[in-house]
Amino acid sequence: MSTAASLGLASCHTCSLVSRVESGEALIDPICPRCGSSVHIRKPGAIGQCWAFLIAAMILYIPANTLPMMLTSSLFGSSDDTIISGVLFLWEDGSWYLALIVFFASILVPIGKMLALLVLLLSVQLPGVELSPERRRRLARVYRIIDWIGRWSMLDIYVVALLATVIQLTALASVRAGPAALAFGAVVVLTMFATESFDPRLIWDATEEEHGHKIGRGEAA
Amino acid sequence: MNRAELLACPECDLLQSDSAIPRPRKALCARCGAILYQRHDQGLERTAALIVAALVLFTIANASPIVSLELQGERTDATLFGAVRVLWSQNMQLVALLVAFTAFAMPLLEIGALAWLLFPLRYGQKAPYFGSVYALLQFAWRLSLVDVFVLGALVSYVKLTHLAEVQAGAGLGAFAALMLVMATIDSNFDPRDLWERASAL
Repeated sequence: MSTAASLGLASCHTCSLVSRVESGEALIDPICPRCGSSVHIRKPGAIGQCWAFLIAAMILYIPANTLPMMLTSSLFGSSDDTIISGVLFLWEDGSWYLALIVFFASILVPIGKMLALLVLLLSVQLPGVELSPERRRRLARVYRIIDWIGRWSMLDIYVVALLATVIQLTALASVRAGPAALAFGAVVVLTMFATESFDPRLIWDATEEEHGHKIGRGEAA
Repeated sequence: MNRAELLACPECDLLQSDSAIPRPRKALCARCGAILYQRHDQGLERTAALIVAALVLFTIANASPIVSLELQGERTDATLFGAVRVLWSQNMQLVALLVAFTAFAMPLLEIGALAWLLFPLRYGQKAPYFGSVYALLQFAWRLSLVDVFVLGALVSYVKLTHLAEVQAGAGLGAFAALMLVMATIDSNFDPRDLWERASAL
């Protein structure tokens, strides 16, 4: 079994055509002969970019949870709901199925996604981490899951937007989006960028090195 | 071996050959299990037909109210654009842009890019800027959150029923149908087939 990189080949990120990549530190990225995109053996700077997006997301996750997401004022008084108090309110209100959906999308998915990215980054980066094929397959599956599931965190933003629109300035009450909406929206976007910038092929690269092939830009051929 | 028959797994870079005849409908990577490709008979033709449906549904979804609330004879309709405008007026411009981007601009770009690439191909033409438009499609594909928006609209609707008399509007139905059409496109569209046909021209 050999990888494209170990043979000096790379598949295009845009059209997936496998083509030969010149060895040596070229000043200009090689161009895919079929679609004209630049071809990389691995996404350049994948680990650094992924860390940057992940750390930014983790920092913003704090205001996203401590600041109010939704500001409600009505004849019976006003209340500021954070993400968590919103879920608890739904639960106590008897809408346990809604509470579960929002809990899943707004709490479980973002936390799980950030932890998974942390594990992925550390697994490919820490020296001396021995990864069995079984473990690598599991990490690959984790990456696939967070890549698909991350989008669902945007749910709460849409809910707040629609509630604010319908209830705005009726006699009943008014609903406004709180500052946490901004922070939380940023967390969702940043974790999507972090997942996108991570290169899952790095999970498998250590196996190649064990077999004497060194992977890296310009070193593969 | 012909280069075009070589496949490198997008997730683990394992080089595999695709010389089996007939080709399987779905090929998985031998090492990590990622989907290498999924193909369907007439996949591109079906996708082209579904794009027309998507465009019609997209127009209805954005032109009609998603939920309406009636209170003391006064009626408030929430459309997607209304929601963006309200967020903007509440000093939440970035959140407004995020909603407009993920629920309106990206789905439209996705439909538009697919139409741009596929329709000329039916008449034996390769659309101009083929590679760049395909790259745009890849970008829009990830950031178009119609399915999440539909769930968000349903959650809002149920939440509102606890407060007042609300009605689900035509926009909600159209968005839900659009979500199904986009999912069907997703499972029928085979980029490999698209590139092979385009480069054969």
